[in-house]
Amino acid sequence: MIALEGLTKSFGVKRVLKGVSLEVPDGQNTVIIGHSGSGKSVTLKCIVGLLEPDAGRVVVDGAVVQEMDRDELAELRGRIGYVFQFAALFDSMTVAENIRLGLVRRGFDDAEIRIRTAESLEVVGLAGSEDKYPAELSGGMRKRVGIARAVALKPRYILYDEPTTGLDPVTSAVMDQLMIRTRDLGVTGLVVTHDMRSGFTVGDRIAMLYQGAIRQVGSVAEIQATQDPVVRQFIEGRPDGALPTLGSGGSRV
Amino acid sequence: MTPLVASRVAARDGFVAHVGRRSLETTRALADVRTWAPLLVGQMRRLGVDSVPITVFIAIFTGIVLSLLSSYIFTGAVPLYFVGALVGKTVMMELGPVLTGMALAGRVGASIAAELGTMKVTEQVDALETLAYDRNSYLIVPRVLAAILMFPVVTAFAMAIGVGAGWITAVNLLDLSTPEFLKGLKLFYRFKDIWFGLVKSASFGGAVALMGCLRGLDAKGGAEGVGQSTTRAVVLGCEAILVLDAFWALLLL
Repeated sequence: MIALEGLTKSFGVKRVLKGVSLEVPDGQNTVIIGHSGSGKSVTLKCIVGLLEPDAGRVVVDGAVVQEMDRDELAELRGRIGYVFQFAALFDSMTVAENIRLGLVRRGFDDAEIRIRTAESLEVVGLAGSEDKYPAELSGGMRKRVGIARAVALKPRYILYDEPTTGLDPVTSAVMDQLMIRTRDLGVTGLVVTHDMRSGFTVGDRIAMLYQGAIRQVGSVAEIQATQDPVVRQFIEGRPDGALPTLGSGGSRV
Repeated sequence: MTPLVASRVAARDGFVAHVGRRSLETTRALADVRTWAPLLVGQMRRLGVDSVPITVFIAIFTGIVLSLLSSYIFTGAVPLYFVGALVGKTVMMELGPVLTGMALAGRVGASIAAELGTMKVTEQVDALETLAYDRNSYLIVPRVLAAILMFPVVTAFAMAIGVGAGWITAVNLLDLSTPEFLKGLKLFYRFKDIWFGLVKSASFGGAVALMGCLRGLDAKGGAEGVGQSTTRAVVLGCEAILVLDAFWALLLL
C-alpha cells in the first residue's frame, strides 16, 4: 500500500502541497482530481522520490521513501511504473528500445526482454510498432507506449499523470480501458486527472486535491453524491462557485 | 558593491558551489560502470570523431596564418627558419589546444546542453530515473569521460594539421625550404610541448562537457529555457578553457 502522510512542498514562495494525506489501497485504482496547478503531479513525483517533500512522508509497502538510499530507491522504482503526462519517451530510441531500457536495468536476459516487450505492446494494442520512433506516433500512441514501458516491468503500482489529457474521446476511452485492464491484472493504480469522465470510469476511489490538501475522499458513488460545494462544482465543471477560474488559478507545477 | 553586482557575485558563487556538488556526484557515479560503460564508445564517436572536420578546418587556417605572420615579423630581423619554431611551438602549446577547445565548446558544449535540456523539459530525465537509472551515471559520466578522452585525440590531429599547413605555406608562399622549416621546428622542440598541449586539452574536454551537462540539466521551461541553457553552456565552456589555460601555464611552465 502507498500512504501519503502530511506532505508539504513549496517552490519558492508558492506552497503547492500543504499537508496531503491519502492512502492508496492495493488492487484498486485511486484517482486524484483537482484543477491545473493544484499539485497533483507534484504528489506523484514525491511518491517515486523525484521530488523531496519539505515535510511529511511517503510510505510504500511499509518503507519510508524519504529515508531510502540510492539502491533502495532504485529497487522501489522497479516496483512502481510511471506514465508521464506527455509520455516522456526517449525520442532517440525506437518503441522497443524505450521499453527495453527499463528491462535491461532490471537485469533480464535478451529472450525475456523480447517476450516482455512483445507482451506489453500487445496489452496496449501496439503490436508491430517495435521499430517506430516516437516522432512517428500520435499522442495517444505515445501514451500507450508509456503504459507499455511501465507494464513491461510488471510493477506492483502504476502512477498515471494526466493519462487522457489532450486525447480525443475515443483514444481517451482506450486509455481508460487500459487502466482498468491493468488494475484487473492486479496492479494498483494512482491516477491524477482533471478529466472527470475518465476519473469516474477508471476509479474505485476518488480524492479531490484542493488548495494543497485532500478535500474529500470516497467511492465514485460517494463523490458523485457529494454535497461539498467545491467538489460538486469541480465534478460538474461549473464556472461559478468557490473554485478559482481563469486568471486566478496557479500555473501547473 | 552595488546590489546588482552583489546579486551577480552571489549567483556566480551559487553556481560554483553547484558545479562542485555535481562534480562530486559525478565522481561517485563513476562506480556505476554497468550503466555508463556501454554508452562511452558512442559518446566518444559523437563528441570526438564527429568533431574532426571542424577541427581540421580551423587547424589548416591557423597554420597558414601563423606561417605568414611569423614571416612578416621575422623578415629582416631573425633568420627565416624561425618560422618553423614559432609555428611548432604556438600550435602545439597554445593555439592547437585552445582553438580546438573553443571550437568544441561551441559544438560539443552546445550539443550536450541542448540534448539534455530538451530531455529535462520533456520529462525524459525524470522518466530515466523512474526506470531506476541514475542521471549522473547515465547522462553525465559517459559524456564527460568521452570528452576527456577524445579532446586530446582531436587536438593531436589539430596540432599535426596546423604544423603541416604552416609547413606547406612556408614552402610554397615564403622563401623557405623544407629542411629550413624543419630546422626551425626542431630548434626549440621539447616533448613537453606536445604533452603539455594534450593534458590541457583533456581538462578542456572535461570542463566543456561538464558545463554542457550541468546547464542542460538545469534547463527550465520550454524551448526558450533550453536555448538559454545552451548559450550559457557555451559561454561557460569558453570561460573555463581560458581559466584552465592560465592554470596549466602557471603550474607546468
